[in-house]
Amino acid sequence: MTDTMPSNAELEAIRPPRSQWWDVWDQFKTHKGALLGAGFFVLVILAVVAGPFLWHIDPTYIDIRARNQGPSLAHPFGTDQLGRDTFARMLAGGRVSVAVGVTAMLLSLVLGTAVGVLAGYFKRLDGPLMRLTDLFLALPLLPLLLVIIMLFRDTLRAAFGPEGGIFILIVFVIGITSWMQTARIVRGDVLALKEREFVLAARSIGTPPRRMIRRHILPNVLSPIMVSATLGIANAIITESALSFLGLGFPSDFPTWGRLLFDATDYLQQYPERVLWPGLAISLTVLSVNYIGDGLRDALDPRIRGR
Amino acid sequence: MFDASAAPLVEVHGLKMYFPIHAGLFRRKVGEVKAVDNISFTIHEGETLGLVGESGCGKSTAGRAILRLYDITDGVVRIDGQDISDARGEALRRMRPKMQMVFQDPQASLNPRMTVAGIIGEPLDEHARLSRRERLERIYELMDAVGLNRNFANRYPHEFSGGQRQRIGIARALALNPKFIVCDEPIAALDVSIQAQVVNLLEDLQERFGLTYLFISHDLSMVRHIANRVAVMYLGKIVELGPRDALYSEPLHPYTQALLSAVPEPDPDHEARRQRIILTGDVPSPSNPPKGCNFCTRCPRVMPVCREEEPDFREVAPGRFVACHLFTEETDKKTAGQAATEASEQVQQGE
Repeated sequence: MTDTMPSNAELEAIRPPRSQWWDVWDQFKTHKGALLGAGFFVLVILAVVAGPFLWHIDPTYIDIRARNQGPSLAHPFGTDQLGRDTFARMLAGGRVSVAVGVTAMLLSLVLGTAVGVLAGYFKRLDGPLMRLTDLFLALPLLPLLLVIIMLFRDTLRAAFGPEGGIFILIVFVIGITSWMQTARIVRGDVLALKEREFVLAARSIGTPPRRMIRRHILPNVLSPIMVSATLGIANAIITESALSFLGLGFPSDFPTWGRLLFDATDYLQQYPERVLWPGLAISLTVLSVNYIGDGLRDALDPRIRGR
Repeated sequence: MFDASAAPLVEVHGLKMYFPIHAGLFRRKVGEVKAVDNISFTIHEGETLGLVGESGCGKSTAGRAILRLYDITDGVVRIDGQDISDARGEALRRMRPKMQMVFQDPQASLNPRMTVAGIIGEPLDEHARLSRRERLERIYELMDAVGLNRNFANRYPHEFSGGQRQRIGIARALALNPKFIVCDEPIAALDVSIQAQVVNLLEDLQERFGLTYLFISHDLSMVRHIANRVAVMYLGKIVELGPRDALYSEPLHPYTQALLSAVPEPDPDHEARRQRIILTGDVPSPSNPPKGCNFCTRCPRVMPVCREEEPDFREVAPGRFVACHLFTEETDKKTAGQAATEASEQVQQGE
């Protein structure tokens, strides 16, 4: 055994440093919840992207004679009060809801992280940017949404079509109104991080600010960013349903998970399963994203890695 | 000992580093902390200058200000003939490879999310144009130089002991072949057994690469071991500067005497006879230093002139500088001589 030790050591010494992402993946694999969550999320994405091509019933096709049916082979999730197939509507609605959730979350994340890092790192920008954040936090959301939608709905519709225009509008509205929490948390972390000695060490090496942020600041504020990202998706899906409910979102016959949920609440007494499908879809998607975020956060922190 | 005709590698003239204090509703500037107040010294190539003083006297600030990690308030810092006191941005960045720093807390000075290879390679990424293979080769070379196993290249800082982490920090500082390294209490956070290892490593590296050190520490015995010359700081000013042996055997400034009298003696017989000079009172606030000599509030040999005039930092013997009225020309030479002999009696009981 003692003979083989040095040769092993030599073999390892020749091995070049491997990419950190392999370590991250190795750790991610050990987190069962995260793997399960990732599996489910991929399944949901596949279903909503490829599903409508396999399930040929048009979600807007009204078959009034087959209305209010329970689950059957022809309609696995049953039909609604107009006889539209709930399964097809779920697939079509999921496509919009997941797309809105992910894009709005990304938008608010990028905005929040950028504002937080800039405010925390550059002292001169701190005051103005944080006052801007306070301003957005203090804005009354609903009147703001009404004004934005009144002002831009028609122009966006004309430019990108009725669904595309509303999609852009909703993503923009959700993103612009939910970045403040992220910004505040990130700013606090950056302020503390900036005083750490490794940042000073990087400064003594002559690392310019942009690389300092990318190499030293961002990787170390990843945990709070990850948490707000996972919460952000849930928040975005639910806000979108609330907007649709208020008539400010997508047209009423255009299915989204939130829309389906609110439509079904009218029939809660007679057909409780109709609330169940969209409700379950939203909750499980949000849960799976939370687990993915949890696993990613652990995997990205070398101190937790390998435990 | 050193070629006096050669220009010194590091020249510091009248360096001042004041930090503003803001208070009140409008965050107006109400005062300044004079962390480093008008210090001057030179370091020759290949030399180690020890910088000692109690906590909060401005040692670390001085070290950082010399490397221009702060924007200095006033003064001139010249390293290898180049004036870096006013350099900014890209110009300063290009001078960085010449001067590096080893930090006090090896845990805090390494980014926990980077591998050892990444940490040591960062200066190479910033300043050297190397291919992937050359870069890796250089990283391995540096790891060999500081006595780290090459297998550790893929590991993260939290997987190492304090001494090993400090070796990583030293390897990073060496990466760009600097001439001048500021060691900011590199051993303060380490075990005593590891301290010796790290200090010996620093000495070996100095010999191999011809490095020049500014060694900041409050461990007087360690400074005595590693430094060629020693500067003593009190409240932002250098009170005494001289060759190591002369300073330790015959300290001139009352503060230096008090400081050295606090060093324990290994021999119990001598230790029992050691007379400590116990200073009374606290260090004054650096935002409101006393009028006259900074040390006048605690000096056992204080004179009326000390409370009025600030003493000059003058050369009293070849190579020995001291800032004290006991040694100014106006004062009676005899008194000064007496002070020095008394001082050596007081402190050098152990010799």
